[in-house]
Amino acid sequence: MPRNRRTKGAALAATAATAAISLLATACTGSAESGATDDPNAKTTLTFWHGWSAPGEVAAIEANIDSFEKKHPNIKVKVVKGITDDKLNQALRAGGSNAPDVVSSFTTDNVGRFCSTDALADLKPFLEKSKIDPARTFLPQMAKYTEHEGKRCAVPLLGDAYGLYYNKKAFAEAGITAPPKTLSEFDKVAEKLTKSKGDSYRQLGFMPNFQGYETTFEHYASQFGVRYFDAEGRSALAGDPAAKALFTWQKNLADRLGGYKKLEKFRTGLGDEWGPKHPFHTGQVAMQLDGEWRGKMAQDADLDFEIGAAPFPVPDDRAADYGKGYLSGTILGIAGVSRKQNAAWELVKYLSTDTDAVVSFANAIHNVPSTIAALKSPKLNNDPLYRTFVDIAQHPKSSHAPSSVNGGAFLLTAQDLGVRYEAGREKDLDAGLKETDAQVDKDNEQAR
Amino acid sequence: MAATTLRPPASRALRAKHRRSALRTLGFLSPWLIGFTVFFAYPLVSTVYFSFMEYDGFAPPVWVGLKNWSYVFNDYAFFWPALRNTLWLVAVMVALRVLFGLGVGLLITKIKTGAGVFRTLFYLPYLAPPVAATMSFVFLLNPGTGPVNTILESVGLPAPGWFTDPAWSKPSLTILALWCIGDLMVIFMAALLDVPKEQYEAAELDGARAWQRFRYVTFPNISPIVLFAVVTGVIATMQYYTEPLVAAKVASGVIGGSGQQFEPGYPDRTTLTVPQTIYNLGFQRFDTGAACVVALVLFALAMAFTAILMRRRSGFMSAED
Repeated sequence: MPRNRRTKGAALAATAATAAISLLATACTGSAESGATDDPNAKTTLTFWHGWSAPGEVAAIEANIDSFEKKHPNIKVKVVKGITDDKLNQALRAGGSNAPDVVSSFTTDNVGRFCSTDALADLKPFLEKSKIDPARTFLPQMAKYTEHEGKRCAVPLLGDAYGLYYNKKAFAEAGITAPPKTLSEFDKVAEKLTKSKGDSYRQLGFMPNFQGYETTFEHYASQFGVRYFDAEGRSALAGDPAAKALFTWQKNLADRLGGYKKLEKFRTGLGDEWGPKHPFHTGQVAMQLDGEWRGKMAQDADLDFEIGAAPFPVPDDRAADYGKGYLSGTILGIAGVSRKQNAAWELVKYLSTDTDAVVSFANAIHNVPSTIAALKSPKLNNDPLYRTFVDIAQHPKSSHAPSSVNGGAFLLTAQDLGVRYEAGREKDLDAGLKETDAQVDKDNEQAR
Repeated sequence: MAATTLRPPASRALRAKHRRSALRTLGFLSPWLIGFTVFFAYPLVSTVYFSFMEYDGFAPPVWVGLKNWSYVFNDYAFFWPALRNTLWLVAVMVALRVLFGLGVGLLITKIKTGAGVFRTLFYLPYLAPPVAATMSFVFLLNPGTGPVNTILESVGLPAPGWFTDPAWSKPSLTILALWCIGDLMVIFMAALLDVPKEQYEAAELDGARAWQRFRYVTFPNISPIVLFAVVTGVIATMQYYTEPLVAAKVASGVIGGSGQQFEPGYPDRTTLTVPQTIYNLGFQRFDTGAACVVALVLFALAMAFTAILMRRRSGFMSAED
């Protein structure tokens, strides 16, 4: 019947749209070229994509760009704000006239993927040309997390250090005189600060759940000294006592504070992490694992209690390491598809290594400077709360997770186990860790 | 000696006429042909081609044979959960949407006064942008502070975790889909109002009750529309992407762009759908080859479902349909 054939044809076309749409975006791709040939002294316009969106942050980066343009009158910079990683990933592949020349990203975990795919250009020839030694210019840990397997495709543009914020009023009410230094002390303090109200909390000492804003697997892992990969690059969580200790401690604390279900129900009712109703600001949570920006956000929120900051506690058997913390930060690179890489390097070099530029930007957005010179600068913010994080950043044992060819996928796989384990849906932690290792290895093998 | 059949040579004029006719036909067909080639044939062939390639979008593609297929089916942790969730949604969400849409349509066609108000009330949610609608639902169904749980608890009923509970996340998405029933309601209302009144009168004279009138009069008349709703519902649900992704992101509390990465499917991969895995592989992991494999699986499934439904339509459609 002709009508049937027409109906079948229409159905075929409609269903096939699925495959068509899924592929269309991959139909046009750019390709990275090695070796920059553009003249950095020629008149040109660069496109710079960054992720900052708050008015103060945008003003600060634009002030830095203005200073750069004054020093390099031949280069104009078109700034595009509020860029997410998803947008960035596609632009780096697509190329074209509107693609960025210089990019920044908050997701430090993606450096491995950016370097291994040539999404970002190799900066080694540029650094050598400018006689910049990353090991002597940047903080060692920050220099480390901006390269992958010896290839440097990014430089740090300010950093983030993570530590413990605490509500001094709540501490005084509970008779606690100093921030805890070991996790056993921390657990006791968290319990002491917790005040239940029905099946919820009037005040929670600490939100340990893996979905609790910054209480991620990766952020805890630096305190435990988790060894992610063995010498051959295979996932090594199952054979690492530190990984098991982390998951065990986290679940025990969650159980002591009321259990996963009660905590999760409380968590879903808490305010936005980036808004004024953050639970630490409202007094709903008395201690918070967070980055240095929280201090400024708390000041801006005009709290009716004083806050303190300290390094996040360490496991009892690692008490000597107290003072360290998790480090990450914004990374800066040149798009592999850019045709203006020499001019782009001038901007990257200025933003990431010019001491005045780094210090003024760090002060403006309350981030930790990423260069050794900027950290020693007398112009750097002297606020004691902020300085706590500057010290954490410089601690020799502060760390970031290693780079991986598959970006941060291995961290999400590990956290996935953590969520299942804390919720009681994964009973056998050892088996879970083995499965996690196997999954990470499979994903990395596919990404190689 | 073999006999040969001699055909009279076609005249040059006749050949030219045939050629002109063929060109004219092609000319009229060309808009569709160009669209079909650019938006369907080329992408489909490319998808098949890239599924056998290692391609990250930067370096040239490299032939890897069945490696991507093996990875997707054996090693990619998201594939089977996503497929199970998508099939669950196809089975449950589509069925409930059709039943609910038909039920609402029936009720509104029966209402004597205020039908316009109810029509508007049921249609309005369909106009809400999917992201806004999903965020509203996550807020309404928030286990800690949401008004729905507050009401349930106040009357002593158990309050589920909704989008934060693996057992309730897909039912929550289904409730959201039922809220946006306006499109189906309008289609069913049009079909129901089209059923000849004489047939109802005849059935009543024969003593048919309400259910019998529906079974023997209403349903046979609207069965093509029911089939249309099922087929389009299955295809749309296979491509279900925005709502589960937004619900998972908002409920998990992970805000994109803060340096934190988000793993889709919160909680416990229960809101993962196949299109989300295509995005995850192709655009987040730079693995175009594996993304193409998943896209082809989705294509094959959609084709299979549609073919089955089309074949079975004769079972509940009258001859003249």
